[in-house]
Amino acid sequence: MTLAEKILAAHCGRDRVTPGEFISARVDVVLSNDITAPIAIREFKKIGVKKVFDPAKVIMLSDHFAPNKDIHSAEQAKILRDFARKQGIVYFELGQMGIEHVLLPEQGLVVPGDVIIGADSHTCTYGAVGAFATGMGSTDIASAMATGEIWMKVPPTIKFVFHGKANKWVSGKDFILYTIGDIGVDGALYSAMEFTGPAIDKLSMDGRFTMANMAIEAGAKAGLFRVDKKTEAYLQNRAKRPYTVYEPDEAAEYARVVEYDAASIEPQVAFPHLPSNTKPISQVGDVKIDQAVIGSCTNGRIEDLSIAAEILQWQRINENVRCIIIPGTQEVYLEALRRGYIESFIRAGAVVSTPTCGPCLGGHMGVLAEGERSISTTNRNFVGRMGSTGSEVYLSNPAIAAASAILGHIGSPDEIIN
Amino acid sequence: MKLKGKVFKYGANVDTDVIIPARYLNVSDPEELAAHCMEDIDADFTSKMQPGDIIMGTTNFGCGSSREHAPLAIKTAGVSCVVAKSFARIFMRNAINIGLPLLECEEAVEKTDAGDILEIELATGTIVNSTKNLTFHAKPYPEFMLELVSVGGLVEYTRRKIEARGK
Repeated sequence: MTLAEKILAAHCGRDRVTPGEFISARVDVVLSNDITAPIAIREFKKIGVKKVFDPAKVIMLSDHFAPNKDIHSAEQAKILRDFARKQGIVYFELGQMGIEHVLLPEQGLVVPGDVIIGADSHTCTYGAVGAFATGMGSTDIASAMATGEIWMKVPPTIKFVFHGKANKWVSGKDFILYTIGDIGVDGALYSAMEFTGPAIDKLSMDGRFTMANMAIEAGAKAGLFRVDKKTEAYLQNRAKRPYTVYEPDEAAEYARVVEYDAASIEPQVAFPHLPSNTKPISQVGDVKIDQAVIGSCTNGRIEDLSIAAEILQWQRINENVRCIIIPGTQEVYLEALRRGYIESFIRAGAVVSTPTCGPCLGGHMGVLAEGERSISTTNRNFVGRMGSTGSEVYLSNPAIAAASAILGHIGSPDEIIN
Repeated sequence: MKLKGKVFKYGANVDTDVIIPARYLNVSDPEELAAHCMEDIDADFTSKMQPGDIIMGTTNFGCGSSREHAPLAIKTAGVSCVVAKSFARIFMRNAINIGLPLLECEEAVEKTDAGDILEIELATGTIVNSTKNLTFHAKPYPEFMLELVSVGGLVEYTRRKIEARGK
């Protein structure tokens, strides 16, 4: 069995599961946020049970429109807060909260071998710690909050092997954008993606979170990594629960095996309006930008900010660009402050915000006008994603986004250094 | 159940951001969401469509976010069914869970134009294009999903499951 199959079998009390079969799986974490929880709570109440199945396994927080951007979003957040307090579930208030998919691993709330479901499509991020994590809708969350179980179709697994060594300025973001550019936005539809190979072994945990995060952008149900020494080191002093490490069998059956040479991958830029519309940085051409966003559940971790700081230090943001930098959690924010990154960002002319999903989905904190362009370390560049339907979003890693903020057009840090 | 309506046809990868833009996600009231259904791909959709009309896409319909607001907006706007070559998985789950019928049928999508009238028999998956006088057969639902649909969605399914446990 593959890694995904092993975890799912263990969660439905079976020795073996096969792709395509329907199972009812036990869940370890059930997550929802300020957009999806209000509907989940409404549907939960219709089911007719009084209490959630296990308050320690149900997590809610407001991050999309947090801090409340208007009266309507304040009311949504209040529904969630009132429910969380009444039920005694795990809840993060403003001041402790962060972007959910940066926060939960950081707090050790998701561990290897877990089955995690979240009413947020980027729940697949937790595959980086060797968990089976997948996004669902609010009604699924309501049902799981009531029963502790969820219906699932066992996905086939596609294995992605990254050989060789990554080039300079190439990160997990480039690996995953390259992959999506290769297989398309439905290239892994309904499947689990398993990432492996020498270049993955060398990849940092933050880089792995970025890759797992965007598995959904290839249509996948989950994106998984095997647990190694880096995972164990990350979990030490974090993991709030004991965990089980599952390994894929040597003879596991994969729907497909895709092999890439990391050395042939340049930093990638996804052009409007699909994450699969990628070009290597050398072929981007002259694309002027009005905004640069560095942050989100994809790239709002300390390594991302460290790369941005390396490039922005002693530089000035281009006078035609608004640069918005958003640490993913309070802990990331504090660490960036300690290391002097925040001062570098502000001196360069960037704005730094409290953790929020904000601009990624065109919520607040950096909405685009018609005709405007943003380079962004976020995950989607659909029509209207960051504001006006006449605006454009280009996806990249933090190094390219930071360099572009200085240059005023999409470019590489090498353009500044040279 | 027999459905009948005019087809509104779109292309590949119709994402949840164009079905219901995030700027409207600060509410969860179905009627308010329905008022903005398909706004960023077809600004006049809600004024053009009639209850019962059918949305058609090609591949990967509903990709992107997990927002249940997307199928909820479509269903509440009065759309009777979405027909596509393939659906994104979270959208498919959400639609089944809340009782918005979806049908996967490549041939129907290829041979149907915007404005055609379709008559759909959900139980059999039969799609009749009465404008062009053609009949298609959609991929049948797996047994488990059929059960979910037949009890009226996941909330009712879960209620029954919990009730059965209590006995």
